[in-house]
Parts: sequence; structure tokens; C-alpha cells
Amino acid sequence: MEARKINEFNESDYSRIARSQSFQDLLSEKKKFILPITIFFFCFYFALPILTSYSDILNTPFIGSITWAWVFAFLQFIMTWGLCMLYSRKAARFDQLAEKVIQERGKGS
Amino acid sequence: MNTAAFTMFLGIVFVTLIITYYASKKTNNASEFYTAGGGLTGWQNGMAIAGDYMSAASFLGIAGAVALSGFDGFFYSIGFLVAYLVVLYLVAEPMRNLGKYTFADMIAARFDTKKIRGFAAMNTVAISIFYMIAQLVGAGALIKLLLGLEYTTSVLIVGVLMTVYVIFGGMHATSWVQIVKAVLLMGGTLLISIIVFAKFNFSITGMFAHMKDATPLKEAFLNPGVKYKDGLDTISLNMGLVLGTAGLPHILVRFFTVKDAKTARSSVVYATWIIGIFYVMTIFLGFGAAAFVGTAEITAANAAGNMAAPLLAKALGGNMLFAFVSAVAFATILAVVAGLVLTAASAFAHDFYNEILRKGKATEGQQVKMARYASIGVSVLSIILALFAQSLNVAFLVSLAFAVAASANLPVILYTIYWKRFNTTGAISAMAVGLISAVGLVLISPNVINPVAGAAIFVGEPLFPYTTPGIVSIPLGFLAGYLGTIFSSQKADVKKYEEVLVKTNTGIGMGQ
Repeated sequence: MEARKINEFNESDYSRIARSQSFQDLLSEKKKFILPITIFFFCFYFALPILTSYSDILNTPFIGSITWAWVFAFLQFIMTWGLCMLYSRKAARFDQLAEKVIQERGKGS
Repeated sequence: MNTAAFTMFLGIVFVTLIITYYASKKTNNASEFYTAGGGLTGWQNGMAIAGDYMSAASFLGIAGAVALSGFDGFFYSIGFLVAYLVVLYLVAEPMRNLGKYTFADMIAARFDTKKIRGFAAMNTVAISIFYMIAQLVGAGALIKLLLGLEYTTSVLIVGVLMTVYVIFGGMHATSWVQIVKAVLLMGGTLLISIIVFAKFNFSITGMFAHMKDATPLKEAFLNPGVKYKDGLDTISLNMGLVLGTAGLPHILVRFFTVKDAKTARSSVVYATWIIGIFYVMTIFLGFGAAAFVGTAEITAANAAGNMAAPLLAKALGGNMLFAFVSAVAFATILAVVAGLVLTAASAFAHDFYNEILRKGKATEGQQVKMARYASIGVSVLSIILALFAQSLNVAFLVSLAFAVAASANLPVILYTIYWKRFNTTGAISAMAVGLISAVGLVLISPNVINPVAGAAIFVGEPLFPYTTPGIVSIPLGFLAGYLGTIFSSQKADVKKYEEVLVKTNTGIGMGQ
């Protein structure tokens, strides 16, 4: 309940912020990053079960008895960790843009 | 009775009860009870997410699946991990910025109607109970095997402990039990993995070369296709795995235990590292069990392979290591069921009681009291269901929980955050169709109706051929949300969407 008192934003404030340039910049930067990466990791992920189900190509050896299926499986881990770190780095930039949105609301009106 | 195992089980009970005692001193209002006051740090919540997520199904189930089916068992490890990219990229920060105590709060931030909150809360309860029955039945069987106690006694012990943690310690106790469990599970798994790896002279190629001849499957063990022979069945399984996590209520509520979106983000990153390292080690657990215990002995102890990891510990390190790994499995179960009880109880006490019945006007004292009653209610219900389910094979309930989360919750979460036109009709359609199709398809799947007598509840030809419903129910959930929205006469509330958009992306007005 207390949170409601601290809140100083009403409905028209939200609309104004939503339409402001700085907010639109934040949204488009996020979209430019999140959308393509999301499409990429879904494709990369589903490529594994699709390839193992409908072809034998991954059953060929990589080194010794280790087949490409295991290599691709392990790459899924590398991809997940890599994209995690990438997101953390990118998110620092989003935080800056979001901070700008919040600041401008403070000065404006 | 195994004295070493019994002593270590007692040790775990003792440590968790001490945690609960200290947690109970802080648990004095609704926010403390539901979210530990939002005061966890990134790494604490990361550990707790890992502890909440890596269930007995992961630890015992995947080790067994890899030991018995080789590569196909490893699909679970991959899917359970990659799922965290969906959580991190699409769900975690908006969830923190829009929600307060429950998953339903987040949907209600855009559509504040009783019907939608009720549906979201109902899905939360359904998913949590499905998941919990699977855990409790597994726990009963495990303790029976390890300590020689009766199944009923075993379920009651776990049931009473989880209730005690939650009613006295709320989210504080639940989180710290999960953190302790994550440390124990990582430590135990690392220890076994190192011993297994040492047996192969720390050579990956040597290990794979050995596995080629170590099991009755021979070379097929290392290739996909042992367990999942139908391509669509494999894809269905993978859809449920990768999309389910981001809709699991007991994972989503963990984001309310931190102060802001930035901390929610860092907690997912920590969790992804821990969970990823754990799932890589499932290869060592599975391969080790197949090589040093043997397929025959694993299936003799449990047809699904659930005893693979404890038996491996026994083969490698004798009774002490066996006792330790069994105690780790016990802690794993406790931490997960405590999280589930708390999540289901929050849906009852916060969503149904406070928000719907009392229109958000219940006092702090009434809320906490109701949350405690609800925790007892949820526990008693789950214990009774688990006692009835003793002789049933309920492992599929875990994949059912993932399927409902992916089919009913994820569409609504994504549309609520990202789709301007989305409306209440769409939200209700998605949740109802997602839930009904996922549950309905499982009821007519080989998990419930199987031509092999004893494999499922009924004998017969299944009407739905796949072991998981995801491939049909997930698209249906998304489609229902879309069609419900465009065919309803309701106009999109642009102002409300703008508010949600601003809150989601900046954290302004968080937690109202």
C-alpha cells in the first residue's frame, strides 16, 4: 500500500513517457538486439533435434568416438553462456537509456 | 537401516530447521512471507533459482536417462539449460518490473479483472501440484530404498518438513534451503564427476571410446535415437523443455525476491552458469553409472533409472559416498517441494483470497495468516494425492507441468508484455486452451493409455501418439490468444499498454 504514495506517475505521464523520443530510442535499441538474437537461439536450439531426427549427418565422428551430435550438444552450452554474457553487456547500455528516460521525466512538464 | 545415510539425512533436517528458525523471525508481513522482502542479492537469488530448478527429476532422472539411453537422455540437460535464454531475454526483467508477489500480479498489471487473475492463479496451482506429486512420489520411493522406511512414512516426512519450512519461514526459509541444496548438489555432483573422469584418466576421447562398448546398446548408446525414435515426438519434447521454464510459476516468483530488474537479470546469469555446469556434469553421472554400475543393475533397482546416481556413488566410494549422495538427493527434493508449496499457497492466499475475495483490502496480519493456512492446505492435498499415486508411474507429470507452463502461461506472458492489441478475451482464451489442451492430450497419450500392461494407468491404444503434448498444445495456446484477441469486439486499451510498456522497460512505478 505504501508504494502507492511514492508513485508520482499518473496515466497521462505514462503516455507522455511512452511517446517521448528517449523512450522510443530505448525500445528500438532493445528490439534491434533482442529480436534477432532470440530468433537465432531458437533456430540453433531446434536445429539439434531436427538434425538428429531426420538425418544421420551428426552421427559422423568428430574425434575418435565423439560424434558431431555431442559437439553440437556442447555448443548449445557455449551458446547459452555466451549469449548470457552478451546480454549482460548490452543491458548496461539499456540501463543508461532507461535512466535517461527517468531523468527526463523528472525535468520535464 | 543404513546408519551413515540416516545420520546425514538427520543432518540435513537439522540444518534446514535452523534456517527455518532464523527465517521465522523475519517473516512478519506479507512481503517477507511471499518474497523475502525483495531483499536477496543477485548471487543469492541465482543460487536459489538453481536450487529451485534442479529437481530430483534432473539429478536422479537425467543421470538415469543418460545411463540407460545415452545421447537421448542428454536432450533434457540441453533443453533445461537453453530455456534460461528465454527467461533472460524475454521474461525475467518484465516480470520483476510488473509483478509483486505472484505470476498473476504480472498479468493483472495490464488486465486487472478477477477472471484473469483467477485463471492465472488456477494455472499456477495446477502446475505446482502436478510438479509436486511427481516430486513427492519420487521422494517416497527414494527414502524407502535408502532408509528402508515405508512409502507412506517417507512421503509424510517430506510433506511435514516442507510445510514447516514454508509456514514458519516463508520465502526466507525456502530461499536459503534452496541455496544450501544448490551448494550440496553442485559439490556432490562435482565430486562424483571428478572420480568418474579420473577413472577414464581425464581423457574425454578415452571416455567416449570406452562407452562405445560399455553398454548393451554398444555404439547406438552414443548416437541419438535410442529413446526417441519419432522425430515429432523429439521436437515436441524439446519444445516443452525450452519454452516451459519461462512459464513455471515457482521459477517466476523468484524474480520478486530481488529489488529491481537489474538484480533479476544478474540472478538469471548466475543461475545459468550454475545450472549449465551441473547439466554438463550429468554426462559424467550417466556415463559413469552405465560403465561402473551397469545397465542390468540400474534397471533392477528402478526401471526408469532413478537410482543410477546413488548406485554410482556406492560403486565409486562405498557406503559413505552413497549416503552423502542420497542425502543430497533428499535435500534436492526438500528444496523443490518447499518452493512449490509456497508458490501454490501464494496463488491461493494472495490471488484468490486477498485480491479476488477481499478486493486487495486484507490487512498484513490476515494475509500472512491466510498464506499459512493455504500452505497447510496445499501440503495436505499434495500428500494425499502422492499417497494415492504410489503405484503409478508419475514421472510424466514433470513434463506435463512444463507443457502447461509453455502452453498456457508463456503465451499470456509474452502477449501481455509485447503485443499492443492483446486483450482480456485473448488472455482468457490462451490460458484456458493452453491448460485444457496440454492436460487433455496427456490424458490420451501413451503416458496414461499404453498397450504394454503396467507401463501406464490404462491398457490400450493411445489416441495421441506423442509422449509430450507440446507440439500441439503450445501452438494452440498462442493461437487461442491471437484469435481470442482479434475476434473479440473489445478495443485495445492503448493507454494501459503504454503504462505497461513504460513500467516494463524502465521499472518506473514498480511493484504496485
